[in-house]
Amino acid sequence: MAVTFKSLETILERYPPSPEHLISALQEVQAAFSYIPKEAMTAVCDHLGVPVSRGWAVATFYKSFRLTPRGMHEIKVCLGTACHLKGGARLVEGLERELHVSREHTTKDMKVTLETVRCLGTCAMAPVVMIDENYLGGANIRSLKKELKKL
Amino acid sequence: MEIIRNVAELEGWRESLHAAQDPERLVVRVCLGPGCLALGANKVSQAFQAALKAKRIRARVQPLVKETGCHGFCSQGPLVNVDPFDLFYVKVKPDDAEEIVDTTLARGQAVERLLYSENGTRYRSASEVPFYKMQQKVVLKNVGVIDPLRLEDAIMAGAYRSLAKVLTSMTPDEVIAKVEGSGLRGRGGAGFLTGRKWRFAVENVRKNPGPVYVVGNGDEGDPGAFMDRTLMEGDPHAVLEGMAIGAYALGAHQGFIYVRMEYPLAIRNLGIAIDQARALGLLGENILGTGFNFDIKINRGAGAFVCGEETALIASLEGRVGEPIPRPPYPAEKGLWGRPTIINNVETWANVPLIIDKGAEWYAGLGVPHSTGTKIFSLVGKLRNTGIIEVPMGITLGRIVEEIGGGVPGQDRFKAVQTGGPSGGCIPYELKDTPVDYDSLAKVGSIMGSGGMIVMDQRDCVVDVARYFLHFLEEESCGKCLPCRLGLKSMLEYLDRFAKGQGSQQDIDDLHSLARAIMKGSLCALGGTAPNPILTTIQYFKDEYLAHVVDHKCPAGVCRDLITYSINPELCNGCGLCARTCPQGCISGEKKKPHTIDASACIRCGMCMDECPVGAVLVA
Repeated sequence: MAVTFKSLETILERYPPSPEHLISALQEVQAAFSYIPKEAMTAVCDHLGVPVSRGWAVATFYKSFRLTPRGMHEIKVCLGTACHLKGGARLVEGLERELHVSREHTTKDMKVTLETVRCLGTCAMAPVVMIDENYLGGANIRSLKKELKKL
Repeated sequence: MEIIRNVAELEGWRESLHAAQDPERLVVRVCLGPGCLALGANKVSQAFQAALKAKRIRARVQPLVKETGCHGFCSQGPLVNVDPFDLFYVKVKPDDAEEIVDTTLARGQAVERLLYSENGTRYRSASEVPFYKMQQKVVLKNVGVIDPLRLEDAIMAGAYRSLAKVLTSMTPDEVIAKVEGSGLRGRGGAGFLTGRKWRFAVENVRKNPGPVYVVGNGDEGDPGAFMDRTLMEGDPHAVLEGMAIGAYALGAHQGFIYVRMEYPLAIRNLGIAIDQARALGLLGENILGTGFNFDIKINRGAGAFVCGEETALIASLEGRVGEPIPRPPYPAEKGLWGRPTIINNVETWANVPLIIDKGAEWYAGLGVPHSTGTKIFSLVGKLRNTGIIEVPMGITLGRIVEEIGGGVPGQDRFKAVQTGGPSGGCIPYELKDTPVDYDSLAKVGSIMGSGGMIVMDQRDCVVDVARYFLHFLEEESCGKCLPCRLGLKSMLEYLDRFAKGQGSQQDIDDLHSLARAIMKGSLCALGGTAPNPILTTIQYFKDEYLAHVVDHKCPAGVCRDLITYSINPELCNGCGLCARTCPQGCISGEKKKPHTIDASACIRCGMCMDECPVGAVLVA
């Protein structure tokens, strides 16, 4: 979605101009644009009556906020305890090598964003990788390579 | 349906729903819990629906496919239960749906190959299966049975009966007294007496009249824990009802449920449940015509483990950075917007309607004194049977791991069990008779925590595990107080050195005193409990630390700098998969002849071991 005044307005209309909505408003902005564009941050803070510095403090404190655009596809490798014990770290490294991208970053062609998460709550099938909305349980590099080809 | 105007209408509706039920109705309950969903349970459910559409089953009432919350036995998923035959099917694939419809629904017979079997015995009913036999589903009694998106299911299971009772026949004080009498302790981790917390809040409201708030903590940040997720997704009304009862006791009219954003289904299901309850006047204004107003809003977390801590959570609800504040004052005195606030874990809230319904004495009779009731755990790691379990407090660790969990595959004993997440400790096999209750776990250096139970075996390195938790906490530290911000970094530096085979006995001692300082000085429990994994592993596995530091070996074969990968020439079939996978290109060999790894170039990434189809890659 383009960062237009109209699209921001639609989001901001839903929030009374009060500081406690900062996180919720930013979450909606990110859902719409895949990250928090600078213009959006200013608009949100103006609307809620919050200094922009606080907006950035919140956006950089909470790990789910992205300040750069995300790729078309998102790969989330779980590094929760059970997944760590079952080799989650190796999966991340393997994907970094396969995709030529560092974790928490997006490939140059903007196709894939590789992220690590701390627990998806599907521990019984560790190690788990999510590709967009789909879960891959008992993941290994071979099955991951297969899924990557599909993208 | 219209607003339910009073309790009589609610009970009338409940009765009519029961009366309309056909006990002989064929129901296929498909588990859509997190694990089964990830294994494709959605497709299994769709396959059943398609199969039923295609076949004509002779029955009084059309068979039903019911999508439910987690059935618990995640390692055997996707799970399906068929009523009224009480047949339990495991590892069900979409292709199996037709056969189940033909064999079980049409002819009332079991599909033998899909029944669960263990040690040569085949089980027809879930209740007979060893994994389930020792459990006691109290808080989770509806999860896996009801469709969480159907209010009618929840109502038939008794939802809102306790709230009705409270609003029409109990004073707020009587409600608090019941919770006090039950002995319920907070299920989020600290285990503070819930009734006492509520009592404090009410006293503060009397001193300082004004708004009061109730909050449900569904942040569940401990990696490896998904109990709250199971509850919020599988029986959301239980949480809502508990909070409404608490709100009545405290005089609150606004509640918040804080759910981590990584749980979109929990958020969705809670949201739907709130809308349903509101539409019928079970939440909102003038609940059940009693004049009591209470509504609930859902706030999503934004990715901060520290926001599971109550004052950081409150900061997040206020739209601020999640930094804890010194306590006292506790939230019961000064919480959200400076007002008395009760924050309880969602599992704690879900216990409340049961206590009201069946009484404090009944509840206090479950579990053990000082740790009454049951607890939900996520039992995961190196075990045959993993998933979500609910057991009475006081059962021993060993019984959980061996009798419910089925023990470690291929090994005769577990190495350690980690309880309490990053704030907890590793309990060794020698202490397997430790009862699982708040005080006993604290005595051995761990904590109950929110319910994550991670089982480790001989291939897990305690130095690596301690380092993993510390690394997690260091990243999640809010940075406000020095003992945590700098202290965790320092502890991590020690562990990084140990993992590389560096360091000395003196370092281990220094680490001890550093840990004690961090425990005393940290502003909140994130820093305060961070040393637990290190302290317990040093206490119970000193030899393993010394092996790293003095012998420069990692006995479990995990710490990269201390291990070597090699190929067993007797097992290697020369397929060359490893050589092609190796990112360093340091594996060589001729086709169909044993391959070798050049250790000097090997970066110990482990990919060759993962790829090898015959298990020829050794780690030492």
